[in-house]
Amino acid sequence: MRELSLNVMDIAQNSLSAGASLIGVEVEEDAALDQLVIRISDNGRGMDEETVRRVQDPFYTTRTTRKVGLGVPLFKMEAEMTGGGLEVKSRPGEGTVVTARFVPSHVDMIPLGDICATMLLLITGNPDRDFLFRWQRNSRGFTLDTRELRGVLGGDVPLDSPDVAEWIGGYLKEQEEALKEES
Amino acid sequence: MKSLAELQAIRDRARAQVDLREKSDDNIRVLVGMATCGIAAGARPVMLAFVDEVAKRQLKNVTVTQTGCIGICQYEPVVEVVAPGKEKVTYVKMTPEKALRVVNDHLVNGNVVTEYTIGANS
Ligand SMILES: Nc1ncnc2c1ncn2[C@@H]1O[C@H](COP(=O)(O)OP(=O)(O)O)[C@@H](O)[C@H]1O
Ligand SMILES: [Mg+2]
Repeated sequence: MRELSLNVMDIAQNSLSAGASLIGVEVEEDAALDQLVIRISDNGRGMDEETVRRVQDPFYTTRTTRKVGLGVPLFKMEAEMTGGGLEVKSRPGEGTVVTARFVPSHVDMIPLGDICATMLLLITGNPDRDFLFRWQRNSRGFTLDTRELRGVLGGDVPLDSPDVAEWIGGYLKEQEEALKEES
Repeated sequence: MKSLAELQAIRDRARAQVDLREKSDDNIRVLVGMATCGIAAGARPVMLAFVDEVAKRQLKNVTVTQTGCIGICQYEPVVEVVAPGKEKVTYVKMTPEKALRVVNDHLVNGNVVTEYTIGANS
């Protein structure tokens, strides 16, 4: 992938397919530690130990349209290329956490890219699911929790209505700019 | 800064119109293929173009969502348009520019952009 935020889009699709009602996306950038951590967590159907092992292997998928699953192995390879790594933790019936750690100064580091576009599309494309997005950059960070937005909007105004989509896109852009000002 | 108060105002405005959307049976669904192959081929900017343009034009009868692998990886990014009472239209090798044309010609004016369909590209 050209951007790690595209991998986030892809890994989050697994959470959606697993029937998750709440999906967490956390991005933690720490310049002092030369570290970027991306964590995608869900409360979907989860996987047993054997599946967790096999999901990291590029020749595994439970889908029938294609014989190989590429999403998790690709993300793992991108993390390992920088000297980082990827870990999958899962429990059947409880959910899954995928954590990838990158070393940003490494020559093979792929840029994070437009993570806000990924979040906007995940949220507006799945208005029946909740997303908790947290982006921390050094000492600054922000959170977007669709449960909070839903609380304001009430049950009758969906998260994918045009004006709400514009608000979410604008909010993410403003918060991103504020994060970047400091560093 | 965007505030929750602003979101509240949006809610109040939307409430005045929300039953319009629920009652309309002309709801058009735009499905963007978002499997690994689709994303790698550029599905995210295509979906973003649809979402932005639909919001800008206030097309309340259109929902833009994602779908898994449609099984035609060589044609990605793939977009399906599903409208009630009409046959599903599959657009292939999409770009943000093509998306804008599909919004204008197909979603707004009801004319399928035949040259972007799978039929014209296989
Ligand atoms: N978050 C998750 N929850 C439950 N199952 C998962 C999750 N992520 C991956 N899987 C399982 O692992 C398989 C492989 O995932 P992936 O590498 O992304 O390939 P693909 O999505 O193309 O099948 C999936 O088909 C699914 O069965
Ligand atoms: Mg996948």
